[in-house]
Amino acid sequence: MPQTLFDKIWDRHVVRNLDDGSSLVYVDRVFLHERTGGVALTSLAESGREVRNPAQVFATMDHILDTYPGRGDATEVPGGEAFITTMRATAREAGITLFDINDPRHGITHLISAEQAITLPGLVVVCPDSHTCTLGALGAIGWGIGTSNCEHAMATETLRARKPLQLAVEFSGELANGVTAKDMILYLIGKYSASGAANHAMEFRGPAISALDMEARFTLCNMAVEFSAFTGLIAPDEKTISYLAGRPYAPVGNRWDEAVEHWRALRSDDEATFDKVLSIDVSEVPPTVTWGISPQHAVAVTDGAPELDTADSSEQRAEFTQAMDYMGLKPGQPLIGLPIDGAFIGSCTNARLSDLRSAAAVLKGRRVAEGVRAICTPASAQVKQAAEREGLDQVFTGSGFEWREPGCSLCFNAGGEGFGPEQRVVSSTNRNFRGRQGPRTRTHLASPASVAAAAVAGCIADVRQYQEAAA
Amino acid sequence: MRAFTVHQGVAAPIMQDNIDTDQLIPSREMKRVSKSGLGAGLFAGWRYRYDGSQKIGPAEDFVLNQPAYRDASILLSGRNFGCGSSREHAVWALTDFGIRAIIAEGFGAIFRMNCGRNGLLAIDLPADQITALQRFCEADPQAHRLTIDLTNNRVDAGDQHSFAFSIDEADRHMLLNGLDFIDFSLQFRDDINRFAEAYRQQHSWAVLPPPSNVG
Ligand code: SF4
Repeated sequence: MPQTLFDKIWDRHVVRNLDDGSSLVYVDRVFLHERTGGVALTSLAESGREVRNPAQVFATMDHILDTYPGRGDATEVPGGEAFITTMRATAREAGITLFDINDPRHGITHLISAEQAITLPGLVVVCPDSHTCTLGALGAIGWGIGTSNCEHAMATETLRARKPLQLAVEFSGELANGVTAKDMILYLIGKYSASGAANHAMEFRGPAISALDMEARFTLCNMAVEFSAFTGLIAPDEKTISYLAGRPYAPVGNRWDEAVEHWRALRSDDEATFDKVLSIDVSEVPPTVTWGISPQHAVAVTDGAPELDTADSSEQRAEFTQAMDYMGLKPGQPLIGLPIDGAFIGSCTNARLSDLRSAAAVLKGRRVAEGVRAICTPASAQVKQAAEREGLDQVFTGSGFEWREPGCSLCFNAGGEGFGPEQRVVSSTNRNFRGRQGPRTRTHLASPASVAAAAVAGCIADVRQYQEAAA
Repeated sequence: MRAFTVHQGVAAPIMQDNIDTDQLIPSREMKRVSKSGLGAGLFAGWRYRYDGSQKIGPAEDFVLNQPAYRDASILLSGRNFGCGSSREHAVWALTDFGIRAIIAEGFGAIFRMNCGRNGLLAIDLPADQITALQRFCEADPQAHRLTIDLTNNRVDAGDQHSFAFSIDEADRHMLLNGLDFIDFSLQFRDDINRFAEAYRQQHSWAVLPPPSNVG
């Protein structure tokens, strides 16, 4: 029977199908972070259970720790240090590998899981974090879970779940200037809503996906969860294989050859069927920005907040009103020219080397507008180091950006650092939820280059004008 | 896990789509390395009034602060409830507050699984049925309680409405019997051992060496 990519990985991992329709699915890797990892390991120990296979469990610190230069265990988040010290103590106790704060391999979990080749194509990788789907870009099942399921995975080396339905999103055409993978995924969610992939695992495929480099693929898969997908994945190809070659945890010698052979077969069969198929011609995708409080409130940057009479129901009208109220916008108000207070380039979505390069290309020779607080947090220590080798840090600081240590930083507010109430921020992150970047902070999601353009303009701006002027 | 068979309670409508787990409990309310005591942080952004980021009292108009809904144990909501962050704290905050069931037009995938692990029932109903329940409850929240019967998969609104629902059979079994899901899976320890051994032989490239940098 023809199989999809997802079938091939899932079916290979089924330990046992149970009568109730669920399956016990084998888990290859577990990744923890200090926000929930310490709780999971403590709870596991308290219930008298052990980590079954410590070799497959990894941990890092990314969510709570500060990203100021010279940071240590102390945090601006009240009580945050306890999360860090508990993570460290429980990791040691359980005998798992920890990439601690000053480790040169440190960074946001989903970043380092790929950089270190801890995630490989064909694996089932879980983490108590919803953006684990990022790793689907390597052709793995990246599965975000809660704490209880994380304990289950560590105690049993499995998860128990029903196999999800499957969705294929076919991307054809060529991206226009100024348009990135971030715009593609925002456009998709804007078009089909934040629940467009509910109950489905989704495969991104087609020529426009093959054309993307690995970093762009991570960005795309990262936001599968904002589309309510079980996960998102992309079949491994030669780009994937060369990305992984020589990385620390990648297999070597014969094992590498065997792996590559296995990975080359990891693609959906031509006759495989999906429960649902969506098609997007990417040449139609404009530079995209969100205006509201859900990623589905995504529109072309040249557009604006919706007119109320475009709502297709009274519920949607109420939703628009509530979102505009929160965001301080009026119906029909254009996005371009909207004054901003903050600009943030960071997160597991868009703080890889190519993201920083694209932002730096806009910033070069320009200054951040007065009154705008602009912050760049590279997503991992390796990204930061690579950027500094190219002198990108000089471009950022020269333009007026802060240059931070790796971590989740201002992607979310944990009670410490945040942008203030009613502050308007353009952000390269993935969630514009109310309060996400600080109580009552107003977040507009965009690509890193668009964030840089807004930082320079002092207001939401069309990135194409800044790129063309520079070219 | 706390078993769920039949529950009768006051239902509070929070009729929005895409209520994300950041709204259910903002990260800043997850103050301790612990699963307990999170009820105070439930809907913190909506439930309290603030001066800057200081709480200065309850937001009187928020539904769960209204006297008629203060003891609500059921929530009614819109599409894609519990989307966003995987934080199980959202479920712990709900259960700590006293919520036993949520009736919505779909749930975030991770949130739904987290509910199942904690005895919280997540029920999908179509929009028109949720609206009917909402009207029923709002007419007299204290007197018009909903009855949720997981043994028969039905939600009853007095004698005005009775709706059938379906939930994942595995979750249902665990909820009805209040089973610990790790213990449940460990019944299949032998299968897991056998599988893991064969898997590692066939996929030696996927096997990691024992950790070296701990100590
Ligand atoms: S960068 Fe943001 S979205 Fe990514 S793991 Fe950290 S907090 Fe979550």
